[in-house]
Amino acid sequence: MKYIDPHIHMISRTTDDYQRMAQAGCVAVTEPAFWAGFDRSSPRGFFDYFTQLTEFEPARASAHGIRHYCWICINPKEAEDPVFAREVMSFMPEFLERPTALGVGEIGLNKNSRNELTIFEEQVALAADHDQLILIHTPHLEDKLKGTRLIIDALKSRGDIDPGRVLIDHVEEHTVELVLDEGFWAGMTLYPDTKMTPQRAADVIETYGQERIWINSAGDWGTSDPLAVPKTRLEMQARGHAAVTIDRISFDNPNDFLRQSGKFLVDA
Amino acid sequence: MSRQAVVDRYFMEHRAKLLDVAAFLDRVERGGAEGDDFRMAAFRRAVAVLAEPGASRARRILELLSDPTDTPIDSAAGLKGAFGAYPGGETPA
Repeated sequence: MKYIDPHIHMISRTTDDYQRMAQAGCVAVTEPAFWAGFDRSSPRGFFDYFTQLTEFEPARASAHGIRHYCWICINPKEAEDPVFAREVMSFMPEFLERPTALGVGEIGLNKNSRNELTIFEEQVALAADHDQLILIHTPHLEDKLKGTRLIIDALKSRGDIDPGRVLIDHVEEHTVELVLDEGFWAGMTLYPDTKMTPQRAADVIETYGQERIWINSAGDWGTSDPLAVPKTRLEMQARGHAAVTIDRISFDNPNDFLRQSGKFLVDA
Repeated sequence: MSRQAVVDRYFMEHRAKLLDVAAFLDRVERGGAEGDDFRMAAFRRAVAVLAEPGASRARRILELLSDPTDTPIDSAAGLKGAFGAYPGGETPA
């Protein structure tokens, strides 16, 4: 079996994790730019981070037969200071041109503040200006429903964003329908305590279908599981789902969305 | 999966989770008689949803725990994490 983990923060993981993921069938990962657990002290810190994402990490992954792609942005947790955020945005275009950069992400909201929303809208505009795919982070826990609504309203208000080129991530039972009904792609994140379990993800697939939806681990520096995608495959298999359905959720769907970048390439 | 197959596969796992919830509530009680904070008040409302009829319990609980407002907050300065339940207009320290 082959699978893609389309949202995982491998800079926070060990090389052993690449090895275990490869053994479990992982052939490609995509890594959104995110918050490192602390605020960078200067915009230049993001320049170094984007360099790591586009140069070092693809090489580390390839040693285990895994293709590594990334997304470039300033994440919502560090977007409260618009001056700082705009300085980071000023050098994003040069990284978006790199061969493994698939688009702008993971942009979005964290605490649903005015400044977060302003910087989100400006990064959507940057993505539109550069014809980029967009990967969106929705807020955590009690902030998710409101944030998802604000994000969808902001995207729709522009009138020029193709929802088929936007993935809204970290959906749960109360937001998945909002996302899919507007034509966007939806990501389900398999993350202990604060997001989805493999069982609940399988429930959502059984309830809402398999169109425009993928699963990911969002493995990072917190308690998380880089093997969450193959574990969800096993959960679906145990429930009697057909192999074609399991492959669609964990390989074909991410492949279809990501290939729109013109850069993502993985052997089927 | 059939109803019976779901019960056969998941009953023991969720029996254990149910006991975890019960033990957690007992633990909170042992901690003292002070009033619940906003998280526990929301938790108790969510537990009540489990006994309600109809489907979509997970969705209803998530909605119950969500911020019901629809306008951005003025500033996120000093705020990073979430609490798991909506504080109701107050931002906990």
